[in-house]
Amino acid sequence: MKALAAAAVAFALLIALALLAPQWLVFMAMLALAKGVVVLGLVVLMRTGLVSFGQGLYFGIGAYAAALLSHQWHIADAAVMLLAAAAAGGLLAALLGLLLARYRDIFFAMLSLALSMILYGLLVKSAALGSTDGFNLHARTFFGIAFASGMERRVFLIAGSACAVVAALMVHRLLDGHWGRLASAVRDNELRVSYLGASPYRVVYFNYLIAGTLAGLGGALAALAVGHVDPETTYWTTSGEFVFIAILGGTQSIMAPFVAAAIFETLRTIASQYAPNVWQMSLGLAMLAIIMFQPAGLWSLAERWRRSA
Amino acid sequence: MRMSPSFTLRAAVAAFVMLLTVPASLAQQPIKVGIVTLLSGPAAGPFGVPARNAAELTAEMVNAGTVPAPYTQKGFGGTPIELVIIDEAGGPQKQVAEFRNLAPRVDIVIGYISSGDCLAIAPVAEELKKLTILFDCGTPRIFEDASYKYVFRTGPTGTMDNVSVALYLVERNPNVKSIAGINQNYAWGQDSWADFENAMKTLKPGIEVKTSQMPKLFAGQFGAEITTLLGSGAEVIHSSMWGGDLEGLVLQGAPRGLFEKHKVILSAGEPAINRLSTRIPDGTILGARGPFGPFAPDTELARWLKTNYQDRYQVPPNYASFKIAQAILGVKAAYEKAKGAGSAAPDQDKIIAALENLTFEGPGGTVKMSLGKGHQAVMDAAVGTTKVEGGQLKMVDVVRYPAEKVNPPDGVKSEAWIKTGLKK
Amino acid sequence: MSNILPVVFDGIAYGSWLFLMSAGLTLIYGVMRILNVAHGSLYALGAYAACSFAGAWLNGGLPAAGSFGMLLLAAIVVGGLVGPLLERGLLQWMYGKDEVVLVLVTYAVFLIMEDVIKLVWGVDSLLLPEPYALPGNFSLGGLAYPVYNLLLIGMALVTGLALVWALYRTRQGKLLLAVIHDREMSMAMGINVSRFYLATFTVGATLAALGGALTAPTVAVTPGIGVEVIVLAFAVVVIGGLGSLGGAALGALLVGLVRSATVRYWPEAELFSIYAVMAIVLIARPKGLFAVQEARKI
Repeated sequence: MKALAAAAVAFALLIALALLAPQWLVFMAMLALAKGVVVLGLVVLMRTGLVSFGQGLYFGIGAYAAALLSHQWHIADAAVMLLAAAAAGGLLAALLGLLLARYRDIFFAMLSLALSMILYGLLVKSAALGSTDGFNLHARTFFGIAFASGMERRVFLIAGSACAVVAALMVHRLLDGHWGRLASAVRDNELRVSYLGASPYRVVYFNYLIAGTLAGLGGALAALAVGHVDPETTYWTTSGEFVFIAILGGTQSIMAPFVAAAIFETLRTIASQYAPNVWQMSLGLAMLAIIMFQPAGLWSLAERWRRSA
Repeated sequence: MRMSPSFTLRAAVAAFVMLLTVPASLAQQPIKVGIVTLLSGPAAGPFGVPARNAAELTAEMVNAGTVPAPYTQKGFGGTPIELVIIDEAGGPQKQVAEFRNLAPRVDIVIGYISSGDCLAIAPVAEELKKLTILFDCGTPRIFEDASYKYVFRTGPTGTMDNVSVALYLVERNPNVKSIAGINQNYAWGQDSWADFENAMKTLKPGIEVKTSQMPKLFAGQFGAEITTLLGSGAEVIHSSMWGGDLEGLVLQGAPRGLFEKHKVILSAGEPAINRLSTRIPDGTILGARGPFGPFAPDTELARWLKTNYQDRYQVPPNYASFKIAQAILGVKAAYEKAKGAGSAAPDQDKIIAALENLTFEGPGGTVKMSLGKGHQAVMDAAVGTTKVEGGQLKMVDVVRYPAEKVNPPDGVKSEAWIKTGLKK
Repeated sequence: MSNILPVVFDGIAYGSWLFLMSAGLTLIYGVMRILNVAHGSLYALGAYAACSFAGAWLNGGLPAAGSFGMLLLAAIVVGGLVGPLLERGLLQWMYGKDEVVLVLVTYAVFLIMEDVIKLVWGVDSLLLPEPYALPGNFSLGGLAYPVYNLLLIGMALVTGLALVWALYRTRQGKLLLAVIHDREMSMAMGINVSRFYLATFTVGATLAALGGALTAPTVAVTPGIGVEVIVLAFAVVVIGGLGSLGGAALGALLVGLVRSATVRYWPEAELFSIYAVMAIVLIARPKGLFAVQEARKI
């Protein structure tokens, strides 16, 4: 019940933000939300002790799936795009998961990285898709309802918020129950899990599936926000950014990915506006500081604040 | 989840208030011009920083009223301009975010070197109704695939770079039979090679393509590629490489005889002159993406930029410097035309109307905003051959091609135009 | 046959370069369990320092042959200063954290170093072509090749053999093997593990810098050169089996040969040939070619 109430409050706040905030803030919130959804999937995966350095694969697939709908088939409905992107991410994950679920540790990370870089290579070679330049996408309706110009991003933000809240609640339900404890057990000691009669492979496979679906959804959300897709979405630095946000937030709460993504976007914008020559350094120092002083992620700060309040 | 709604509420409200208090727009006394150029990464050295330097120089001298005619009026129509410079690094997604943050803070945006950034920014500029001048990116797709009201490009597209070197090559080697290419594996390299290959096939039907090497962008090492080129037997090698990759190609290729065995064309080679100078072997065909740098016409405006830039930064300005100076001066011309004799500052729509189809003078010569419904510039192209004389690299046998000869007519796509015979 | 020869030679030359890059990476991972992203920065630092050192040497009018010595000196100075600085100043506080967190720590270092390099050396490319052009060319299958490539292959061989000798033939090396095998047990036996970590990281850093320094004469040294080698070196090390020196050598050779064959026969595929090799190897052998077997702990 608590979770439901928290989700309702968060959703109400996001709607208020979508309706009232200036355009640039709506955009930033949208991007943070998109990344938050991807990181939420990563957190699910991290519950089993696995970190993917290749979530850009699904992020990119989602973004391109959404963009191709408008580019190739002239379907300009944002809802269709979001659904198609999540489905595309999920399908690919269902396929690659058969292979990847056998891998652990750094090998899982590196193989997922290799797969995302192969997609990157394919996209760069696709002249019809604009190679590294990418192409624009236009969404003009939502479930068939057209919206006034200038309102697009506000509508997308509300739609994105709904997706994110639903996804977060579902993940919460999943991880809070039997499945979450099984996942943690796989992380702690896989061998014991199989001696107890459960299949670690199945746990990893389904969590990978969830992560892929959510990353596909996040990719479409980001593509709708930006209005443009390009192969950079599948590059390893994009995947690295997701891992960074996940560590930044910590894995204890399903709110953490979203808060961490918002902080990350703000941090990067401030750094590149006020320190354009040393924004990478600022980001690196911030990262080190968090790992040094808040090893459990920024969420642990919030927990402490809550307890003292 | 062990979290109370009241806590969530508090945290969210706090975050909301914090974000809202970030200043979104400031009072506008001087005209604020956002400058977006690459300040980090591999393209900062050859393009980004020379562009920023030229922008700062131009803004300063525009404000002081010391630019030659017809730009002698101080500032834009008497109002001083102020630059807000941001880094273009980080890819289109980040740039769209930065643009949305920048747009409310400035009156005009001038920027973008990467074609991917230009393609992503153009629709956003349109959505935000912010006058945006693209100064360097090359892809013709921007105004060929869409049309914009608020977006202009004051630099020529990449189409004419490769058409002009193909014309130049065929005029000098009418019997050329085979070509090969080495281009960076990304949109610019692929498009440049496709334009060159198609132009050569149009000009010399039946020409043989021996190999098209596409090394990864910023790979820097081309040992195996050079071996393949050396063994290919092609007469001509085309490359649109730039920056460190181009320098690497020359440093690794020259000692192995790549430039002696083959006629080498560097279609965007001009910025490398300042870096490599006499290390570029004699007889290399060089382009500058327009009449810039050593190809600039001998006008007072060109001398103004060359002298002042050299004095301040101890190197000659390259094409990126020319193109951003040209963008700023183009906006100045439009602003002053829109303002007319009146004293009131013109609104954005008036400036846009003035800039559409405008013909103005830049340090590289005459700029005509004649493509993309008056939003895309064309200029003459220039190609030359390198020759070391008295320890100095000189451009000899320089040929200028009129803009109409190396650019498609308005409304015709570059790719189709090249394939169907390069007709006026 | 004359077609194959250049392909093989280019592959070996590229493989040697890759090996220099990956040897340090696999060593550090083998001992310290750190997948060091900052390896790329150390590579870049080595290249920049080489340009400064050898440039100063040549500008001083000293004999050009000495510039080779300057390349080595640059690598030793960078490795000897920055290596211990990173290990003592930062990494030693991070031991015991999750491997992924350690990757992020070194990624942060990498981001910081990118800007530091930019602040020190600027964004313009640096050129140091003299050592590359000096030894001249030799001919193979009718094509000209730089002798410098032979030097590179020689350096890779010497480095590899020296590492094997140091690890398996010296007392310190054998102690290090003990640390790799069982850290806790080694500590209990009185081995000063922390000192071995410092030494390993310094050697690894020096190898990265050496790779950079030896590459500097062949390329234009530009901002961002470090990024390009990280993933390459990662791929090689993973293909070979993390922590295995022989694996890194074989991985480097394999990637080098595949790349030069792709460039020759199927240039469109060059972009992802390396990742394809990595994916195929991992699918066939999930822990790389020479996986280090680990005991299953229940």
